[in-house]
Amino acid sequence: MSVKPQQPQAAPDAGSSRRRFLFKLGAALNVVAASFIGIPVIGFVFSSFRRKGPSESWISLGALETFPAGQTRLATYRNPYTRPWDGATAEIPCWVRRIEGEKFQIFAINCTHLGCPVRWFQESHLFMCPCHGGAFYEDGAHASGPPPRGLYEYDYQIRNSELFVKGGQLPTLSQPV
Amino acid sequence: MLRNIAFWIDDRVHLSKLYASTAGHHVPRNAESWFYVFGSGTLLCFILQVVTGTCLAFVYTPSASEAYTSLEYLNYHQQLGWLLRAMHNWGSNFMVGIMILHLAQVFLFGAFKYPREMTWISGVVLLLCTLGMAFTGQVLRFDQDAYWGLGIGAAMMGRVPVIGPELVHFMLAGPIIAGETLSRFFTMHVFIIPGTIIALVSLHLRLVLSKGINEYPVPGKPVVKATYEQEYEDLVKKDGVPFFPKAISKDLIFSGVVMLAILGCALYFGPEGPHGVPDPTQINTVPKPDFFFLWLYAVLALLPDYLETILILTVPVIAIGLLFALPFISGTGEKSARRRPVAVLAVLIIFLTVGTLNYLGTYSPWSPKMTAWSAEQTPVKYIQGRTPLELQGALVLQYKQCRNCHSIGGSGGLRGPALDGVATRLTGDQLTRQVIQGGGNMPAYGKNLNPSEVAALVAFMKTLRGPNEIPAQDSNSPQGRAQTGEKVAQAAP
Repeated sequence: MSVKPQQPQAAPDAGSSRRRFLFKLGAALNVVAASFIGIPVIGFVFSSFRRKGPSESWISLGALETFPAGQTRLATYRNPYTRPWDGATAEIPCWVRRIEGEKFQIFAINCTHLGCPVRWFQESHLFMCPCHGGAFYEDGAHASGPPPRGLYEYDYQIRNSELFVKGGQLPTLSQPV
Repeated sequence: MLRNIAFWIDDRVHLSKLYASTAGHHVPRNAESWFYVFGSGTLLCFILQVVTGTCLAFVYTPSASEAYTSLEYLNYHQQLGWLLRAMHNWGSNFMVGIMILHLAQVFLFGAFKYPREMTWISGVVLLLCTLGMAFTGQVLRFDQDAYWGLGIGAAMMGRVPVIGPELVHFMLAGPIIAGETLSRFFTMHVFIIPGTIIALVSLHLRLVLSKGINEYPVPGKPVVKATYEQEYEDLVKKDGVPFFPKAISKDLIFSGVVMLAILGCALYFGPEGPHGVPDPTQINTVPKPDFFFLWLYAVLALLPDYLETILILTVPVIAIGLLFALPFISGTGEKSARRRPVAVLAVLIIFLTVGTLNYLGTYSPWSPKMTAWSAEQTPVKYIQGRTPLELQGALVLQYKQCRNCHSIGGSGGLRGPALDGVATRLTGDQLTRQVIQGGGNMPAYGKNLNPSEVAALVAFMKTLRGPNEIPAQDSNSPQGRAQTGEKVAQAAP
């Protein structure tokens, strides 16, 4: 193998300033590209974080006759915020109490303590929660146990002798329906 | 010929160098202890979970409508699907258990002290990741417990001030539990958290190798920053053995035992659930978490409501903060547990507390027994020899769901006190007041019972005392004392 002569050193300023420029260009290009990719990706992940608008809508619970006065009955409606593959999980239950005439109270199924489903007992006029032993009176007021407030109540409307409920959101303490 | 191939591979892949710096590296001879096996045990469980989880993912469908069906398919139709499901479930139970033992051992042996602070900190993050895997994994077993468990998690997120609603939306992938919720948990459980775990375990192991495994602590030899590393190096030089094959045997034995134990439990107990179709309209359900969260379930049941939000928000932050800060609070000083009474006491108290809460959570005495009023008979001896009014009272006690919370003769709920000897504790007036106005964890029944029902109920309850026990007396009034004196003479059955 013949020994190659040493390459004459290029003038240090020209070479390193080009190198520096290329480095800065590469860094800047990557920052721009990363943000172009990153912004939509983060937008996708957090899209459900931002509340885009009211997710609730009016849903019919049935004719008024199906709710006798003075009784509390379980009704179900299909979640309006649904996906095609939801299956049975889109059926949301709620307790409908008809006081008299067109005066109703529609309670969310979720206990105000931590969201377990409450059960109505006609004989003792109490809602009881199985998880931590909370209890509520017939009008939804807190009776005993760890729940901090009475049952969540949905807005309701009566149109053409049909009962409509404004559903579509899971009630929590910071966002009671 | 084969030797040449072996040499070629070793030269290109650097296998012997790799071996020397990992499996073959020297550890202090006294690190060959049974107490040191839990770290490798946890890693083994993780690897097993990845393997069984991958197998399950071949069949499992993370869709809200089909998840339950695919779980049933795995249980009953897929060849050996039940065994894979069982191994994955038991693998997670063992992983959490062994990880906690590892945490306690590292803490009690002072292995978090200088210079191993980052090993401890990466370990704490791994603890949180593992608990995250446990929670998301529970949800993926999409049945009633999982559906309502999601609601419970969302309700807890909802208690965070200011950003509560946004957190709920983020967790549920929307305003309510819908199809995307399960997919989100699937992604967390299969991609995001395992990826994080793999990265952190690599760091964790790298640190164990570069800092060296903790020497078995000796009382009277505290960690001193200036001299520790030199002392450790001297110890390894003087009394070090290669980890493989000299110091690995106890780890190997423990690994073998754990694998056999997981398989054994899987074969004997079978897969867990799924319990109940995740149909929200099936409201007669009692959602419960898996064993590693039962203590939290118990805490949330037993805390008074005014303390709950503040404790839910501050205690986890403080506890995790303390875990992270530990190497900086006590990074030097004695390593041996025999010289660290506070450490030993802390571990004992925490284990006892969490253990007791777990035990309570298993039996959940605070849950009303929802079917007691219709399914449990009044024991016969409480009906014999009663007047008609008292018998009507027994009917009221049954019919108005009192038995859901109160037991007599050992049957009924445990939410409230047993009523067997209530007449020895409360007078008739006190009973009437308690029933009408409630108090403590009891609702007021004044609006739900008419006066005759109250009279009958109280009359019945006044008979609830043992044959030789005197009824409660109103000690302030002589008439009261005289009245009760008469009734003592009547024998109660």
